[in-house]
Amino acid sequence: MNHTSTKALNLTLKIWRQAGPDQPGALKSYTLTDISPDMSFLEMLDVLNEQLIAKGEEPVAFDHDCREGICGTCGVMINGQAHGPDSATTTCQLHMRRFSDGDTILIEPWRARAFPIVRDLVVDRSAFDRIIQSGGYVSVNTGGAPDANAIPVPGHAQQDAMAAAACIGCGACVASCKNASAMLFVSAKVTHLADLPQGQAERSKRVLNMVATMDSEKFGNCTNTGECEAACPAGIKLSNIAQMNREYMKAVLFSCE
Amino acid sequence: MVTVADTTLDGRCPTGNMASRWEQRQRDLKLVAPHNKRKSTIIVVGTGLAGGSAAASLAELGYNVLSFCIQDTPRRAHSIAAQGGINAAKNYTNDGDSVWRLFYDTVKGGEWRARESNVYRLAQLSTSIIDQCVAQGVPFAREYGGSLANRSFGGAQVSRTFYCAGQTGQQLLLGAYQAMMRQVNAGRIKLFARREMLDIVVIDGVARGIVTRDLVTGKFETFAGDAVVLCTGGYGNAYYLSTNAKTCNVTAAWRAHKRGAYFANPCYTQIHPTCIPVSGSHQSKLTLMSESLRNDGRVWVSKSKDDSRSPDQIPEDERDYYLERRYPSYGNLAPRDVSSRAAKERCDEGFGVGQSKMSVYLDFSAAIKRDGEDVIRAKYGNLFHMYERITAENPYKVPMRIYPAVHYTMGGLWVDYNLQSNLPGLYVLGEANFSDHGANRLGASALMQGLADGYFVIPYTVGDHIATRKLSPVSTSAPEFGQALSASKSRLEAILNVNGRHSAEHFHRALGKIMWDHVGMARNEKGLLKAIDMIRQLRDEFWKDVKVLGSGESFNQNLEHAGRVADFLEFSELLAYDALCRDESCGGHFREEHQTSEGECARNDDQFCYAAAWEYQGVGQESILHKEPLTFEECPLGTRSYK
Ligand SMILES: Cc1cc2nc3c(=O)[nH]c(=O)nc-3n(C[C@H](O)[C@H](O)[C@H](O)COP(=O)(O)OP(=O)(O)OC[C@H]3O[C@@H](n4cnc5c(N)ncnc54)[C@H](O)[C@@H]3O)c2cc1C
Ligand code: SF4
Ligand code: FES
Repeated sequence: MNHTSTKALNLTLKIWRQAGPDQPGALKSYTLTDISPDMSFLEMLDVLNEQLIAKGEEPVAFDHDCREGICGTCGVMINGQAHGPDSATTTCQLHMRRFSDGDTILIEPWRARAFPIVRDLVVDRSAFDRIIQSGGYVSVNTGGAPDANAIPVPGHAQQDAMAAAACIGCGACVASCKNASAMLFVSAKVTHLADLPQGQAERSKRVLNMVATMDSEKFGNCTNTGECEAACPAGIKLSNIAQMNREYMKAVLFSCE
Repeated sequence: MVTVADTTLDGRCPTGNMASRWEQRQRDLKLVAPHNKRKSTIIVVGTGLAGGSAAASLAELGYNVLSFCIQDTPRRAHSIAAQGGINAAKNYTNDGDSVWRLFYDTVKGGEWRARESNVYRLAQLSTSIIDQCVAQGVPFAREYGGSLANRSFGGAQVSRTFYCAGQTGQQLLLGAYQAMMRQVNAGRIKLFARREMLDIVVIDGVARGIVTRDLVTGKFETFAGDAVVLCTGGYGNAYYLSTNAKTCNVTAAWRAHKRGAYFANPCYTQIHPTCIPVSGSHQSKLTLMSESLRNDGRVWVSKSKDDSRSPDQIPEDERDYYLERRYPSYGNLAPRDVSSRAAKERCDEGFGVGQSKMSVYLDFSAAIKRDGEDVIRAKYGNLFHMYERITAENPYKVPMRIYPAVHYTMGGLWVDYNLQSNLPGLYVLGEANFSDHGANRLGASALMQGLADGYFVIPYTVGDHIATRKLSPVSTSAPEFGQALSASKSRLEAILNVNGRHSAEHFHRALGKIMWDHVGMARNEKGLLKAIDMIRQLRDEFWKDVKVLGSGESFNQNLEHAGRVADFLEFSELLAYDALCRDESCGGHFREEHQTSEGECARNDDQFCYAAAWEYQGVGQESILHKEPLTFEECPLGTRSYK
C-alpha cells in the first residue's frame, strides 16, 4: 500500500470559498490539529466545519451522501488531483492516513465550463443528466418484457457491460481533463449499452444524440491525455473512449439516423 | 396507558384464493382513459428504486409526472448503495424455489407481522421485475452459457438472489433512472432535483399537493396534483450512525404523518450484522459489508473472555463459531436480526475482539484454503478492497472485524393493499411504507419491494383513485397551499432564529446515542421510558440552543440538516413509544423481558398480532393507536426457528 500515517496529524487546509455562482471566490487557509489517521477525508472536513460553526463562521459547503464510494456525489480537487492521491478512490473513501503530519492540503471544486459552481466546493453537474436524457437508455416500457433468460448474454459481454456501467457519474474525468471533456463519462454509457443485445436497436441513434448533447453542453474535446482514466474512481478505461469513437464513426458512416 | 381507537383498521385486501388476489384486485380497479391521463398530474417524491420506477412507469402511461429529490440528480438516491442483490422466485436454479416459498420465507422472516396478501403479491411480481430490468440493460451476473446467475442470501435455503457484482442497487437504480430520463426527454416527467419536500397539502381530506424548498436558492414552492406518491426511503438515520446515506431522513414521512397519515410499526428497525465497526468519535456513518460475504466467511470469537491474542494465535479448537453452534441448519446464513443479537450477546459477555472489544471476526481463511484466493477475489474483491481502504487491514490475511449497525427500517407510513395511506390520494412506496417485511426484512428483499411497488403496483392503483374520486381541479392558489407554505417557512426561520451554541450535528449525534443505547438491538421497559424522557429533553434543548449560521435564502446544508434533525427529534419519541407499547419480542424488535430460555424472541400472538398504526396528536402528545389485525391463512402462525 501507499504511505500510511499512524499518528494524529496537524494540517493546513487551503480551501476555495465562494458564496454563490456569481460571487467572487478565493482560497482561505485553516489549520486543523489532532486529526486521526483513521478519519475519512470528509470526516476531516466535518471536524473543520464543527469548529467553524463554533467560531461563528459559515461552514464549508461540500457535496456528499453515501460516503462509501458509490453515489458519485462527493468529489473535490485535492492538491490538484481529482478525488486526491489514491487511485480508484472517491473523495469520501480517501483516508487521512494517506497524509503526513504538517501537510498543507489544497482543496478546490471541480472546474469546468459545463459545471458551474453552486457554492464553495459544490458544482452543478446537471449537464450529465441532460446527456443521459438524450439517449442513455433502452426504450422499453414497463410491462412487456420477455422472460429474462430469453435474452442470453455471453459472459464476456456481460462483464464488459458491467465494467462500463460501473460509472458513478461523479465528474472527476471532466475535472481532471485540461479540456474539460466528458468523453469518459459518455463512453461508459454508450459502451455499456452497445455491449448488450438489449442495446442494439438504438445503438447508432444513441451515440449520435449523446455526443451531440455533450458538445452542446460545452464540454471540451478529447485530446487523449489520459488524465480522466487516472482520476476515475470506477475504473472506466480509455478503451471505452476508443470503442465509442468506433461506434460514432460507424453511426456517421452507415446508419440512416 | 395507550389510547386505542374504537374501530380497527382495514387493509382492504381482496379475499378468496391467495394466488388470484392481485388479479382480482386488478379486475376491480377502475381505469383512466388515455386523454384523461394526459390531464392528470401525479407528484412523485423520491427517485430511489421506488420513486424512479414509479415516475417512469406512470409517465409511460401518459400521466404528467412531477418528480422530486434531494440529491443533485435522481441517479444518486440512496438505493444506489445496495450491494448484495435482489430476490426473485424464478427458480432458474431448480433448487425448489417457487412464488409460494418466497412468500413463505418472507412472512416467516418477518415473524408473522406482515400482511399476507401484500407479501404474496410481492413474491408474484418478483419475477417480472427481473424481466423488466434485463430488458432495460441491467447487467446482471451470468453463467458461462449466458443465462442468469444466482446466489443465496441470509434467511433462505434456496439460491434466488440476482446480482450485479457488488453493485446491484446501483445498476437497478441506473435502470430506473434511465427509464425516467427517457420520459424527461419525452416531456412527460418534469424533474426537480435538489428540492426537499417539507409538507403535503390536504384539501377536504384528500392529498392534493406538496410544499418544497429549493435547496440551491432557498426558495419555497408549492405544487398541486391529483395524487401524491411518497417514495422517500427509511428513517435509519434517527440513530445517527447507520449504513444509510447522509441525507436519508424521516422529514417527508413525518410531515405527512403530522397532516394525518398514520405511521405504522416505527419500532421495527433492522440492525445489520456485518458492518465495519466504529473506529472513533469522528465516525460519521457506518459501512456495510454485504451479507453475501456470509456465504463464504465464518463468524467467530475466542472461547475465552478478554482474549488479547491475535486471531492467528488462537487455535481452531479455542474458537467459538457461535452462529454454527447455535443455528446448525442455517449457520453463518442465519437471518440478520438473529445474527446481530448473537454478536451483541458475545460482545456483551466479554468475548468481543479488536481494540474496542466491540466486534467479532468474519474469517475467510477456510474459503481461501478451499477455493483459492483468486476465487474469493473474483467474488468479493471490491468489498475486500473497500474494507482495506477503511481499516488499513488486509482481509485476505487477517479476518475482517464486523459489528452490527442500523441498516433498514421496516416500519413506515401505513398503507392499504393499494399502497394508499389513510389519507386518500397519498400513496407510499418502498422503504417509506410499512407493508411487506413485518418485523424483520430478509436480505435482497428491499430492492424487490421498491421495484414491485413502483413498476407494477402503483401504475394500477393510482388510476383507481383518479377515476373514482371526482377530483375538482385544484391550483396552488387555494388557501391550504398558502397555509402549508408559511408553516414550513416559519419552521425554518424559527431554527435560524434560535442562535444557540451547538450545531445540528451535535444534537443528531446525541439523539443517535440515546436511540442506540436504549432503543437499539435489545430494549426493555425501563430503558424505553428513559429514552422517551431523554428525547424530550434533547428536543427542548435543540429549540433553545441550536446554532445554524447563514441564511434561508441560499444553499445552506446546515439548515437542511437542522430541519431533518428537528423532525427526527419528534419522530424518535414515537419510535420509542411504539417499542414500549409492543410488549413482546419479534424480529428486529427484541424486548429483553420476552425471550426464550435460549435468548430467542418470544412473540405474543394473542395480544400483538396486529400492525400498530399511530395517529398524530401533537408534538410530545400521546398518539392514538389504530390496530390492523393480521390474519394468516396460507402460512399459519408458527415459530421462527433457524436451528
Ligand atoms: C448499504 C446498503 C446496502 C443495501 N443492500 C441491499 C441489498 O443488497 N438488497 C436489498 O434488497 N436491499 C438492500 N438495501 C436496502 C435498500 O437499498 C433500500 O431499502 C431501498 O433502496 C430503498 O429504496 P427507496 O426507493 O424506498 O428509497 P431511497 O432509495 O432511500 O430513496 C429515497 C428518495 O427520496 C428522496 N427524498 C427523501 N426525503 C425527501 C424529501 N423530504 N423531499 C424530497 N425528496 C426526498 C431522496 O432524495 C431519494 O431520491 C441496502 C441498504 C443499504 C443502506
Ligand atoms: S467515468 Fe469515472 S470519473 Fe467520469 S463520471 Fe464516471 S465514474 Fe466519474
Ligand atoms: S459520497 Fe457517495 S461516492 Fe462519495
